Amino acid sequence: MSAFNAIGEEREIDRDEFTPGVEPQPTWCPGCGDFGVLKSLKQALPEIGKTPEEVLTVTGIGCSGKLNSYLDTYGFHTIHGRSLPVARAAKLANTDLEVIAAGGDGDGYGIGGNHFIHSARENHDMTYIVFNNEIFGLTKGQTSPTSPKGHKSKTQPSGSAKTPIRPLSQSLTAGASYIARTAAVNPNQAKEIIKEAIEHDGFAHIDFLTQCPTWNKDARQYVPYVDVQESDDYDFDVTNREEAAEMMRETEDVLNEGTVLTGRYYVDEDRPSYQAEKQAVGEMPDQPLAERYFDDDVEWERSYDLLERHT
Amino acid sequence: MSSDELIWRIAGGSGDGIDSTSQNFAKALMRSGLDVFTHRHYPSRIRGGHTYVEIRAADREVQSRGDGYNFLLALGDSFARNPQEEAYYGNEEIKPLSENLDDLREGGIIVYDEGLVSEEDVEAINLEERAEANDWHVFPMDLRSLARDHGREVMRNTAGVGVTAALLEMDLEHIEDLMSDAMGGDILESNLEILHEAYDIVTEEYDFEHDLRVPEGSHETEQALLSGSNAIAYGAIDAGCRFIAGYPMTPWTDVFTILSQNFPDMGGVSEQVEDEIAAAALAVGASHAGVKAMSGSSGGGFALMSEPLGLAEMTETPLVLIEAMRAGPSTGMPTKPEQADLEHVLYTSQGDSQRVVFAPGNIEEAYEQTRLAFEIAWDYQIPAIIIYDQKLSGENTNVDVEFFDREPKPDLGSTLTEDELREAAHDNSGKFKRFNHEDAENGVSPRSLPGQKGGRYLATGNEHSPVGHISEDPDNRVAQMDRRLDKLESIRRELDEERESTQTYFGDETAEYGIITWGSSQGAVEEAIERLNENGHSVKGLSVSDMMPFPEQEVTEFLESVDEAMVVEMNATAQFRGLLQKELGRFGEKLTSLLKYNGNPFEPAEIVEGYEVNLADEDREPTAQVRIEPAAGD
Repeated sequence: MSAFNAIGEEREIDRDEFTPGVEPQPTWCPGCGDFGVLKSLKQALPEIGKTPEEVLTVTGIGCSGKLNSYLDTYGFHTIHGRSLPVARAAKLANTDLEVIAAGGDGDGYGIGGNHFIHSARENHDMTYIVFNNEIFGLTKGQTSPTSPKGHKSKTQPSGSAKTPIRPLSQSLTAGASYIARTAAVNPNQAKEIIKEAIEHDGFAHIDFLTQCPTWNKDARQYVPYVDVQESDDYDFDVTNREEAAEMMRETEDVLNEGTVLTGRYYVDEDRPSYQAEKQAVGEMPDQPLAERYFDDDVEWERSYDLLERHT
Repeated sequence: MSSDELIWRIAGGSGDGIDSTSQNFAKALMRSGLDVFTHRHYPSRIRGGHTYVEIRAADREVQSRGDGYNFLLALGDSFARNPQEEAYYGNEEIKPLSENLDDLREGGIIVYDEGLVSEEDVEAINLEERAEANDWHVFPMDLRSLARDHGREVMRNTAGVGVTAALLEMDLEHIEDLMSDAMGGDILESNLEILHEAYDIVTEEYDFEHDLRVPEGSHETEQALLSGSNAIAYGAIDAGCRFIAGYPMTPWTDVFTILSQNFPDMGGVSEQVEDEIAAAALAVGASHAGVKAMSGSSGGGFALMSEPLGLAEMTETPLVLIEAMRAGPSTGMPTKPEQADLEHVLYTSQGDSQRVVFAPGNIEEAYEQTRLAFEIAWDYQIPAIIIYDQKLSGENTNVDVEFFDREPKPDLGSTLTEDELREAAHDNSGKFKRFNHEDAENGVSPRSLPGQKGGRYLATGNEHSPVGHISEDPDNRVAQMDRRLDKLESIRRELDEERESTQTYFGDETAEYGIITWGSSQGAVEEAIERLNENGHSVKGLSVSDMMPFPEQEVTEFLESVDEAMVVEMNATAQFRGLLQKELGRFGEKLTSLLKYNGNPFEPAEIVEGYEVNLADEDREPTAQVRIEPAAGD
């Protein structure tokens, strides 16, 4: 018998199950793009048949980090930049869990940049949503890794001398097997992309554009949107690395100049997830490791049996 | 010269097979019925550089490397000095002979490789003169040619073992057995030939008058030769740990690799990750999801773990971290031992943060306290740290095989099953009150695991309400803080009342002078106390292993029972003495420190001397590379 009965439970999921009771109310500012991510997730999760208890959301620090305070799943709100290592270990420990990590652009592309590269490289089977509003919000408006060059803030008063990071291209180079960009003001597309990302078997990275009406009023990232999959102007094969790279370059070049492309950029269904690779080389058990602790039939190996080499 | 023990030193360059040769020789001595203790000295480089391993063997318990040694096998360093291959690594000259003579005891034996140690070198150090003055017995042997003639030059370590065995009139049986276990085919054959050839040359062609022989001994039970790293890894396995994440750093790497090599066969998972912040964060994530997990590092890497350590404390995620100290600050001396990360480990991380810290003093304690660390961590949902050093990590001693014949203890402590969760407190929205402070016993609020029915909650590094929502409510803050703080007190109570003390006492209970130490200096202190008492002094010792929560009562009783006490530790700033005074709030006038921080562990003679200098009340300094830090007011 499984020790985790909520996992794989088959029943009709009520749409409201992912919403906690009256408390706590989101502390995000009116008009914040983070509401859009929350809403899309609440819509996507019941549609893919996940119960709240088999989902683990792991967040970083910042406005985005509060996502799982307002989403009724198992949650782990970690520390600045560290959501990914915590999340991927939880998945390695219990492969049956649906693990979704989330954080902001400062959190995920700045302080957590190293973890982002390596999680994508290893292709952990999980979803990673980055709330990209091109600004540090909760610390009140400092330049972030995605802020455009020349962006003025209290910490870069003469305008940032740095070229912004290219999250999509970086993700592709690092090895993520599902890469998409969506936007809070595009709820229908966002929901569909989140569903796909969760169901994708590998590291699914969503760069989620979220407007910050308080600290980043000048950002021009919000209109107009063009869905690269819907438009005849952008015909490319999402399974083709080179074509995906070309499209990413294009949108990352023009992001701050008016036209924003959203949609799926790269989908590689053939690359096995890290868990599968690790199991294939014999470095990971086929059954979820966490189950072992509840299984009375497991015979625990002892160090005593290793002593032969020491005698 | 004490003839009841053999201390054999094999010296040469890193990469010359010094380690594997000594490991096998130590095992052969153990199999012949002796107790052994190995000490490894090596530089931070892959090939070349001066390196040696000492094996002390006696027909009684040996707790330290001893003082000096009585048999030198100087191999030379082919990598630094082999002109044929035009290989020259580094720029220092390797002098396996000259660099090792200072500690060789009177009457000792020297075997050196004529093939690699030149005549000029021998003349330059006045070997003949010094040998006469110290009654050394010198045997120049062309081990290099001997090895080359029967196999490969690198096998000259085998020739050296053959010569050693012959000079000590030692049976080759155990050595042969171990060689057969370790290799096969042509390599084994060549090595056996070399071994016998070297042995025969000595027995047939040499007359020797030294009286050093391998002591005779026997063991009543089967013995195993293990390092501190082995013991910690095995303690973790038996505690049910099946997840480890790490980043390589000396000397922590040993524990990491031992577990990485064993976990695949045990259904466990090992992850080598991008940095130490990630490593500790992975252990937190795996533990949160329901697996007994650990991580670890050495000083600099552990510094990076400060953040996830605090996260584990605040989210009450059980976790074991390993801190293998080496000399600092910064990257310091990577391959040299020091006990100078104590304050770092006790106080790192922000806020009123608390963790459990154990400092084992020998191989058995390393195993025992690692098991204990896992038990406490999972029962109390608190990080537990094992702090040890490069010395304990690398030294090998023999332990009764039966000592390890224990039942594994994989249970997840205060983790609820789904049946238990049904009965547990929930709030109106149906969320589980995982951080409930109302019915908490000993500060512990039982936890649920992701995927369990009825256990939903939020774990956050922010202050939080009973279901885990971020909260800055003053009443909740105080209630949560108080509950978490209650854990350490409860753990101390449990350790004092329900468990055997992990502190170690030695010497005569009625003695009026005390020596107090911690961690891997324990063995040398124990031996020094034995020697002092044999010489008519009256000294007792205490080695403390619980660093946090501190065993206030036990240490107070010990210090109250003596007139004066000397605190022995391997660092320059008397960190453990500082902890004693902070925890006990007194005894400033009673405590003197004996400190050593030159990269080498204490030898018993240095502690004996420190005691004498301190007691003699004279205005003189110890002669060795140690420092006395006087008592407050002195």
